[in-house]
Amino acid sequence: MSLPTISGDRGLDHEEKLIFELGRAGVTGVDLSDVKVSDARLSGLRRRGTIGLPGLSEPEAVRHYVRLSRMNYAIDAGLYPLGSCTMKHNPRLNEKLARLPGFADVHPLAPQSTVQGALALIAELMRWLTTLTGMPAVAMSPKAGAHGELCGILTIRAAIEARGEKRTRVLVPESAHGTNPASATFAGFTVDEVKAPPEGRVDLESLRGKLGPDVAAFMLTNPNTCGLFERDVLEIAAMVHKCGAYFYADGANFNAIAGRVRPGDLGVDAMHINLHKTFSTPHGGGGPGAGPVVLSARLAPFAPLPLLVHDEKGFRLIENRADVPEGAKPFGRMCAFHGQMGMFVRALAYMLSHGRDGIRQASEDAVLSANYVLASLKDVMSAPFEGPCMHEALFDEHFLHGTGVTTLDFAKVMIDEGYHPMTVYFPLVVHGAMLIEPTESESKESLDRFIHVLRTMALEAKAGKKERFEGAPRLAPRRRLDETAASRKPVLRWKAPDLPKAAE
Amino acid sequence: MSETRFTEQHEWVRVEGGEGTIGITRYATEQLGDVVYVELPAIGKTIAKGAEGAVVESVKAASEVYAPVGGTVTAVNEALGADPAKVNSSPEEDGWFFKIKLTNAAELSQLMSEDKYVEYVKGL
Amino acid sequence: MRYLPLTKDDRAAMLARIGAPNVDALFRDVPKSAEAPLSGFDLPEVQGEIEVERTLSQMAARSTAAEAGPFFCGAGAYKHHVPAAVDHLIQRSEFLTSYTPYQPEISQGTLQYLFEFQTQVALLTGMEVANASLYDGSTAAAEAVLMAQRVTRRPKAILSGGLHPHYAETVETVANLHGKVVRAPVVPGRAEDLAAMIDNDTACIVVQSPDVFGMLHDLAPVAEAAHTKGVLLIAVVTEIVSLGLVEPPGHQGADIVAAEGQSIGNGLNFGGPYVGLFATREKFIRQMPGRLVGETADVDGRRGYVLTLSTREQHIRRDKATSNICTNSGLCALAFTIHLSLLGDEGFARLARINHARASALADRLAQVKGVSLITPSFFNEFTLRLPKPAAEVVEALAAKGILGGVPASRLLPADPAARDLLIVAATETNTDEDVAAFAKALTEVLS
Repeated sequence: MSLPTISGDRGLDHEEKLIFELGRAGVTGVDLSDVKVSDARLSGLRRRGTIGLPGLSEPEAVRHYVRLSRMNYAIDAGLYPLGSCTMKHNPRLNEKLARLPGFADVHPLAPQSTVQGALALIAELMRWLTTLTGMPAVAMSPKAGAHGELCGILTIRAAIEARGEKRTRVLVPESAHGTNPASATFAGFTVDEVKAPPEGRVDLESLRGKLGPDVAAFMLTNPNTCGLFERDVLEIAAMVHKCGAYFYADGANFNAIAGRVRPGDLGVDAMHINLHKTFSTPHGGGGPGAGPVVLSARLAPFAPLPLLVHDEKGFRLIENRADVPEGAKPFGRMCAFHGQMGMFVRALAYMLSHGRDGIRQASEDAVLSANYVLASLKDVMSAPFEGPCMHEALFDEHFLHGTGVTTLDFAKVMIDEGYHPMTVYFPLVVHGAMLIEPTESESKESLDRFIHVLRTMALEAKAGKKERFEGAPRLAPRRRLDETAASRKPVLRWKAPDLPKAAE
Repeated sequence: MSETRFTEQHEWVRVEGGEGTIGITRYATEQLGDVVYVELPAIGKTIAKGAEGAVVESVKAASEVYAPVGGTVTAVNEALGADPAKVNSSPEEDGWFFKIKLTNAAELSQLMSEDKYVEYVKGL
Repeated sequence: MRYLPLTKDDRAAMLARIGAPNVDALFRDVPKSAEAPLSGFDLPEVQGEIEVERTLSQMAARSTAAEAGPFFCGAGAYKHHVPAAVDHLIQRSEFLTSYTPYQPEISQGTLQYLFEFQTQVALLTGMEVANASLYDGSTAAAEAVLMAQRVTRRPKAILSGGLHPHYAETVETVANLHGKVVRAPVVPGRAEDLAAMIDNDTACIVVQSPDVFGMLHDLAPVAEAAHTKGVLLIAVVTEIVSLGLVEPPGHQGADIVAAEGQSIGNGLNFGGPYVGLFATREKFIRQMPGRLVGETADVDGRRGYVLTLSTREQHIRRDKATSNICTNSGLCALAFTIHLSLLGDEGFARLARINHARASALADRLAQVKGVSLITPSFFNEFTLRLPKPAAEVVEALAAKGILGGVPASRLLPADPAARDLLIVAATETNTDEDVAAFAKALTEVLS
């Protein structure tokens, strides 16, 4: 790999400049016939000077972005075992259907009589979500999981206010996703963490000690972030309800139980569903996602605008407080318009393709694959909790003690081995956590190869062969990057080289 | 005569003439890693003993720095803005965070001496 | 099931290694009373591609696509032409099926385009820095108000009457939890005196330009009034193409710009997913919400990019984070940045001129229809007409003639009697002269 080349490129690996270094003023990849416009209607606000945007012809643009794409790992290219993130296969049928003009080329404020197909799709997705969760209602507008959490907590807040009560605390387990405490704070609550006991599950006594008349909600991920099912969930729900609080479930891990367990049967009052996880809308390098929130009967009246109803004239969106049906008391609005339609189409296509039996089988295969990984690695790596696990297998750094290899080194060598690393250092309740979520999309051959690589790596680390771990990766488009320098003197945009850079 | 006292959260305070200079210990910086940013209090702000005085950030963590003793902020280390690395290179000298005028000098007696702190760290 | 690779034999072999008799044993921690049988779900079973495609295609056919006829709806979502290369490139596996770039060594593609995106957004808005995108324009506006409350440590946000009502409601929903939101009266087609509303509790003033009625506003006077009292000016832009022709908010004194980027690279999608643009001044970067990509170097000294200033974010800061946001709108931001790279300065400015020219021609033509008047003296590609009848009825009548003739203001402001006869009309480069003629003819018929 140290072979120098004249170009700086290596075979299929190309270095690529920024568009600002490639583009030229006056070049455009879009042919538009120019027009002259007067200033008459611009109120004296016509732009003075140029913007400085570089232009690329179409071939240059295509090459630039294709080259950039080749510097990314992707689920299409390999196993992507990021725990908690659910990197499952993204069916291409879903992409095709999301582009049907009747969904993709429809304006959110077009007359409702002209968008009945789009509304029918949302209604059908709502039916699937409420049936799979055993919950009576669902708010569709949240744009991501964290946005759904916020929506759920705001619904709870409204329900408490409607009862004429004031409750200020939200309880969150230490092991929770960071979004849980952030969402609760965002919604104006004080967050109180419930300590995680060594067994990896919520300790009922600690929870009991924290519950009280000022508690608005308990937020729980189930299966939890250690990959374990909270087996006391029914008792937890009963305890939470007894003190007058609501039971919020973080649905990030719903993919382990969809088609087998209905959260409504667990006493859940509100749960967001990450359509980009469980129902496989593509992650897209970090979004967009969608986070509809299913609601219990007690919370349903407080769901945010818009509402979708069906009557003799067909489907109808209720977008304003003045028009809501009897009994509805929406807490507000999460965003403009009606939610992530493009994600809705993909998720429904995924559901229809799988059917209820396929969804159940997918959950079972995800759990089976994670347990297979756990069973195949736990003798050489260290698992902090006894199995069986659910859809993800958790390991800690214990097996690396005394080897001089850290969890981070171990993860980075996986890159050299052609894999995306697992989630590391999360959950925080385990030292040097490594959380592996293989998903149901991997064949047994793929899993066996992955297991072989990790086993061999673990054995090599223990055998003192730490050279390849230090400073890994070596075979990626970049080696380890200086994050300290990036944070100390942030350079957040390109500037022409003759000008000083940002923050310098 | 100045004396330096320490907390279990790894802050230090050095008192001279009723004014305390506050920072974090070398042990704390080793746990944090490379410091990338320090959020300092406003001058004139009154901080109670044990209340948040500053926030110190590494790439992957942000930690609150609590006031070892209560008082009113009289100065902050502006140099950390341009060069937060001083906290790593000289945590107990150039890398100080802020100074406060002590409200109650008796609070000092509740803190550890240097010897006690060294022993405390050994036990961690 | 075509998406599940494990065979029956595979499953048996895997269970054997695990030492479990069957898959049910793996679910042993689930209380039995909470397990539902398959028959407990009243839903269909597995279907092939043909069936699924048929079902959804039939459903889609029950909506009228914008491309099906003359189309003039705007009010926060705009129909623009998206070059074919954009949709092709965003479907590259490596963009479509990758996660958040937490492992920078194998995510340089995503990180570099986000760095380019941040730079483009900063340039477009005339601001110093921009983040890697938020969910959409409305949530960006809400985040901007929360940020202003943090920066100024004051509670009150003043919203212009011209702010898109959905945006105003989104802002109110979250910002009232931490402070107080005050909405100025709605005065379609007129300038507002927002400076008079400032008091000592005011954190920010939020002004949209072009506003929801399409009218342009000079932000400089309100910026000046705000700044003298330590108040931040938040500029909202729902039609980003306007910045190809009019002065950007950053040149008019805005402290934060919250914008909707859908117009560039992204389709209408019935309201989502879109892409929120968020730009501000350098001195506020540690108070910004959302992801940021920064430039750095790897151990071999090669330039590279990383997610940076993450200590603001929820996964580290938990309840002290600047926002609970965990994602950006990555793929929509990619579509935006590709489209903008194709346009360049030249193409973007030209696109803006064409939009303004089309809208001007349309406004002139429609204002000639009997009983119709143009109430927005200035505009970019969208304007508001006063009709002699309730606009909602007119829109329905036009739709029956195959023309989607705009958004009745009453849909957004149902409680405001003054909005009843107002029609918000947008025109873009996708409208032809024939569209304009057909609209004028149909409107004449509907109103006669």
